Amino acid sequence: MKNSIKNNDFSISMILLKMRTIIALILLVIVFTVLLNTTRGINFLHPVNLMTIAKHVAITGIMAIGMTFVILTGGIDLSVGSIVGLSGMIAGGLINEGIVLNMFGGTLYLHVPLIILVCLLLGTAIGGVNGLLITRLNVAPFIGTLGMMYIARGFANIRSGGATFPNLQGKPELGNTGFPILGAGRFLGMPFSVWLMILLMIIAIYIAKKTPFGRHIYAIGGNQRAAELSGIQVKKVTTLVYMFSGFASALVGLIIASQLVAAHPATGESYEMNAIAAAVLGGTSLSGGIGSIGGTVIGAFVIGVLSDGLVMLGVSEFWQNVIKGLVILAAVILDQTQQRINARSSETRDKKQRKIVKSA
Amino acid sequence: MVNRMSDAVILRAENIRKVYPGTMALKGVNFNVYEGKVNVLVGENGAGKSTLMKILSGVEMPTSGKFYLQDEELTHLTPKTAAQKGIGIIYQELSLFPNLNVAENIFMNKELLKNKGWIDHGTQELKAKELLRKLEQDINPRSKVSSLKVGQQQIVEIARALAEDVNILIMDEPTSALSKTEVEILFKIIDELKSNGVSIIYISHRLEELIQIGDYITVLRDGELITEKPMSDVNLQWIISSMVGGEASKIFHSGKRQIGDVVLQVKDLFLHGPAEEPLLKSISFDVRRGEVLGIYGLLGAGRTETLESIMGLHREARGKIFLENELLGEPDIKSRIRKGIALVPEDRQREGIVQTMSVSHNLTLPGLWRIVKKKIHISGSDESSCVNETITSMSIKTSNPADSIMSLSGGNQQKVVFGKSLLIQPKVLLLDEPTRGIDVGAKGEIFNIMNDLAQKGLAIIMVTSELKELLAICDRVIVLSKGRITGNFGKEDISEENIVNASTIGHMTTAQRVGGKNK
Repeated sequence: MKNSIKNNDFSISMILLKMRTIIALILLVIVFTVLLNTTRGINFLHPVNLMTIAKHVAITGIMAIGMTFVILTGGIDLSVGSIVGLSGMIAGGLINEGIVLNMFGGTLYLHVPLIILVCLLLGTAIGGVNGLLITRLNVAPFIGTLGMMYIARGFANIRSGGATFPNLQGKPELGNTGFPILGAGRFLGMPFSVWLMILLMIIAIYIAKKTPFGRHIYAIGGNQRAAELSGIQVKKVTTLVYMFSGFASALVGLIIASQLVAAHPATGESYEMNAIAAAVLGGTSLSGGIGSIGGTVIGAFVIGVLSDGLVMLGVSEFWQNVIKGLVILAAVILDQTQQRINARSSETRDKKQRKIVKSA
Repeated sequence: MVNRMSDAVILRAENIRKVYPGTMALKGVNFNVYEGKVNVLVGENGAGKSTLMKILSGVEMPTSGKFYLQDEELTHLTPKTAAQKGIGIIYQELSLFPNLNVAENIFMNKELLKNKGWIDHGTQELKAKELLRKLEQDINPRSKVSSLKVGQQQIVEIARALAEDVNILIMDEPTSALSKTEVEILFKIIDELKSNGVSIIYISHRLEELIQIGDYITVLRDGELITEKPMSDVNLQWIISSMVGGEASKIFHSGKRQIGDVVLQVKDLFLHGPAEEPLLKSISFDVRRGEVLGIYGLLGAGRTETLESIMGLHREARGKIFLENELLGEPDIKSRIRKGIALVPEDRQREGIVQTMSVSHNLTLPGLWRIVKKKIHISGSDESSCVNETITSMSIKTSNPADSIMSLSGGNQQKVVFGKSLLIQPKVLLLDEPTRGIDVGAKGEIFNIMNDLAQKGLAIIMVTSELKELLAICDRVIVLSKGRITGNFGKEDISEENIVNASTIGHMTTAQRVGGKNK
């Protein structure tokens, strides 16, 4: 008797539902390949094209990985786009203007690796402030990071008075050349930025699946009170998660500035929305506790393929936004459906078990 | 004197059953409400009192059974229709909107309107003022409920029920947050309501109070109606024994425990809450190896706060706690868990489990540091072996440890919460109402596990409101009342009467003062 209690009724549709993001990605690739080939004679799957898409995906993906941890704790980070902008501006300023030392009457120029380190630390520190605002001063994550979004963007503009830092090649006589390598460099034919996303993804997956820290992130998002009573240092873990998100965003800021060989203070505007969308498309629940890094990266690919494909098809920017919005809504509606089916199937199983217990 | 024959039954419930997933809360209960009388309903926690009242007020639907108001059968009752029929309820837990003002709360969902749409705030406030004056409370109808003291909030709750014309008023522990004078006023109002023909269903754990105010008494136990009698026929002793049940409940106790050295010592524990009076006042006690110490007390006595303070949850707690003669430092849950203190919290859903995680991840959550290699790596094989061990030893019924915790029944979820506390290999186990909301079978299993653990030398502190459990398993019982220890009973002295008497010491004067007025 007992072996017969399995809910096969839902299994196939459940598997399809669970794999929906990757199915959506495959469908998108097929649709664009066919459409572009027939209407414009463009080979969507050409390696050069795929590499361009991957570069775009890396930008969204790196931010989205940091964002996923934040959302898993039940929070949100709206400041990431501004951190992208600020990080690029600080790097640009350090390369082109250096640090003016009034007392010595000179200017200090840093080596590029040191500049990169400074920017990454700055992003991490801003994330740390976000974390402190949220955990120590009890500011709601939405509001705290919204405030930080304005502050960081403000400083990005203040750094140059709103102007762009152009020509970030550096000068050999100042010993600060090499910054463009980050954006233009390749390893085994793939841009560094894509490798960085892969590296970050592997680290993040390991953290999520195999470390107590990752387990604690999921627990906090699932039930903060229970997590606290289980001895989890909720404030510390939450703060670290925002720091990680800040770090990832600063990295993206550096990559973009390096790719463009210029830093513009408006860079990264509304990128936070792409990062959130990628996480949500990948199955991360905004109420926390549910989601995966792998899902998020696939989500980032969906967004990247969608935008680039639409651009290549010549769809207007306005319609692109409409379509992106529809895709996100569809993903969330499917997510709700899956949860309802999950709840229902465990309920029916419960009932069946109870009946059997009774009849026994 | 109450004469049974002359009192008309205004509300009659017949054979009410209520089934929740995993438990049957009411097993065919009959219940009568007499016109213009106070009908007292008693029973231990989980006896089904609150469930029955929720059904009568339309909040919950009964699984089966009928009820009649005068001779009209009531079906598909909702809170709104119950109110229209004149059934009002004052809940045990405050159900006010703290963000709204007093008048808005009193007239919630029965707003007084002018011009068919606009709320008539002026009249509402005037009427609210009137109601509050009747309750002898000088509360401004415009003050926000969140700014009131708990006792005043309770008064607002009562005013809310009185704002409508009620025939039947249900009061579920209305006095738990009230001071002596406020209780006196409430009793005066109950008298007034009675003389206006209003029937009152009164639930309270303060037994003296019941004897003073009640005309009829109905006893529930384990979801069944035990008996119904006029209050004049019964005394305190009778109430206690019919609540608890006659049988000597020694079923769980094995008596083979070896009680050893002191493991945990609590000295002069103080805890200040939002109210003026501290939640805990100079609590001192100790627990020994292999001992099961019970803590009993009424709502608000400070039981949960005591356990939470030992666990390190309250940073503002003052006092000394020694674990194996070592003074514990600043309150910090993580370090106390690592030193060997574990807590099974009172509210399983809110504090015990992480709903989004699997059975196995829930189990290992507080004890991850035990299976971690090089401080960061969770060893999958170590994790699954200790998960499987716990699932077997606690006999948790799950088809797969990777299944969601929400796929388990309440009793099995509770065993997971137990199991996760045990996986840290504690020296002291703190249990807060460990059998709440689980069925009798699972209760028995939980007790057997407790017994095993005590025999293996664990010190256990159990907070419970069920007297039967205290009698069944505890080696010693301390009783709290309003944040103080008012009783400490060794094995021989543990009796229902001793415990109940000690638990009301903090409230005794209330009942005595009001005494006599209602007879």
